[in-house]
Amino acid sequence: MKISQRSQLPLKRGSLPQSAPLKNLPEVATQIRRDILEISYRARTGHVGSAFSIVDILVALYNGFLRFPLERPDHPDRDRFLLSKGHAVLALYVALAHRGFFRKEKLNEFVQDGSELAGHPEIQCVPGVEISSGSLGHGLSLGAGMAFAARLDKRPTRAVVLLSDGECNEGSIWEAIHFAGHHKLANLTAIVDYNKSQALGPTKDVLDLEPFADKWQSFGWAVAQVDGHDHQKMTALFKTLPLEKDKPTVIIAHTVMGKGVSFMEGDWTWHYHTPTEQHLNKGLEELNA
Amino acid sequence: MRNSFINAVEGQAERDSDIMFLTADLGFQMIESFAKRFPRQFLNVGIAEANMVGVAAGMALMGKLPICYTIATFMTMRTYEQVRNDVCLHEANVKIVGVGGGFGYSMYGPTHHPLEDMAIMRTLPEMVILSPIDPNQTAAAARAMLKHNGPVYLRLGKKGEPAIYTKEPRFQIGQGAVLKEGGDIAIISTGPITYEALKAAEILHQDGIELCVVALPTVKPLDVVLLDEIGRKIPYILTLEEGTIMGGFGSAIASYYLERGIHLKGFYRLGTPDRFVKRIGSADYLRGQFGLDGAGIARTASDMVSNRR
Repeated sequence: MKISQRSQLPLKRGSLPQSAPLKNLPEVATQIRRDILEISYRARTGHVGSAFSIVDILVALYNGFLRFPLERPDHPDRDRFLLSKGHAVLALYVALAHRGFFRKEKLNEFVQDGSELAGHPEIQCVPGVEISSGSLGHGLSLGAGMAFAARLDKRPTRAVVLLSDGECNEGSIWEAIHFAGHHKLANLTAIVDYNKSQALGPTKDVLDLEPFADKWQSFGWAVAQVDGHDHQKMTALFKTLPLEKDKPTVIIAHTVMGKGVSFMEGDWTWHYHTPTEQHLNKGLEELNA
Repeated sequence: MRNSFINAVEGQAERDSDIMFLTADLGFQMIESFAKRFPRQFLNVGIAEANMVGVAAGMALMGKLPICYTIATFMTMRTYEQVRNDVCLHEANVKIVGVGGGFGYSMYGPTHHPLEDMAIMRTLPEMVILSPIDPNQTAAAARAMLKHNGPVYLRLGKKGEPAIYTKEPRFQIGQGAVLKEGGDIAIISTGPITYEALKAAEILHQDGIELCVVALPTVKPLDVVLLDEIGRKIPYILTLEEGTIMGGFGSAIASYYLERGIHLKGFYRLGTPDRFVKRIGSADYLRGQFGLDGAGIARTASDMVSNRR
């Protein structure tokens, strides 16, 4: 689907409806985790820990914050949510299906032969997937471009980019941070899934990001830190965006790798592991409890 | 060439407020007029080419028509993955414009010699590659580029390229033209170095050899109708590009003829060899060094028809 084409932009731009908040957030988050675990077990894919890490952020984002008319997913003024850490896409697919962007049965196609649902997302493979990602370090520039264009044309669109902490090793991320700060892109929000883990070890050992908040701040960003698993706190924080009217905002979301299942929590090796039947049963048992 | 380019873009920007001109801090004494006339459509992103391409793709996904501009080395090589993923994979309507293609910045040394750009841009799905042959055609190519909905790489020379067309020619993406007829040997050329092919044709004419000069200002997609016609009619073919022979324009044509089953008596790619240019000089000097000037081309052509090559 080529929704980037200019000819498809309607001449009249209507106001965006607010999206309805979700009910029973903890239950939604648990359901999403159950689905992720089952699907990745069946598909024999990794990145489960990375997906679990962002589930609560997604739940909070789709809890009435992001504006998207479901009946018109290509609405030109919709908010753009960009999953820059594309390896966690299973969490996004499941969250979008739960939110009604597409039917849940489609999730069974994940990474199957001939499927559109790859292990890293491709633009508009399903409604709600705004960019192709997978190579780290791309999403923030794309989001900055969207925010810049929206502001120039006085459109209500906001761009929200979810980054991984390890991804912030990439120089291109810092080019984008520099650019967005300089241009005071208040309609751009970056959320960093700060689970302190990357592929081969803890971030502090591989390439330490600290003092992380200070770095963003010195590049002209407004910084908030939040518990990335606390739906209420994140929902409340999102309502206050932008934190400052002439600055982009970064939300450093403190998270736990593999959050929700005891044997994954805080273990960076779950970036790669594929769940076994034992993992599946134990995990579902914990999530059902 | 860069002036014809910017003048054409300026003309279009007046009609289309979605055109955005992005530069990575390059274009001294060229972009000033555009920047002054269209401040909302001009953006110097700073010396950060990768971010420039990502930002442009984001803009395109919002319906804008961004042009990214810097020296062709930085434009295509520093940003290769951004061009691949952010532009081509998204089918984003972004125009990648590289200036100084070949030896436009000859004296500045190998970091400023874009010789591999056509080869690497060619491998990208969705990418259209334009390499106009003179300033008049550049203006037409720039307009065609803006009209095309999708990724385009436009390879420009720098400035002072001689005119081959006396006025702006009609330009259609994917279409080449025979500039000079001749039945003994043909040269298929792209970019402003085509002027050297015309010079070679004059030299060869003195020696009784008629060189057919074909210009393909679109490197991708190739004008296969014209290639078939030339290949079936003329027994010897040379290709000419101001860039490496490794995987570039000549390689594309060689592959095409081989797979098409067109049998030639002789085929040879003129371009730069598989090594960096460490002893620099003017563009004319370097062209001469690699046999890419009129005299060098005439020599190769003459050797070919007399079976000495």
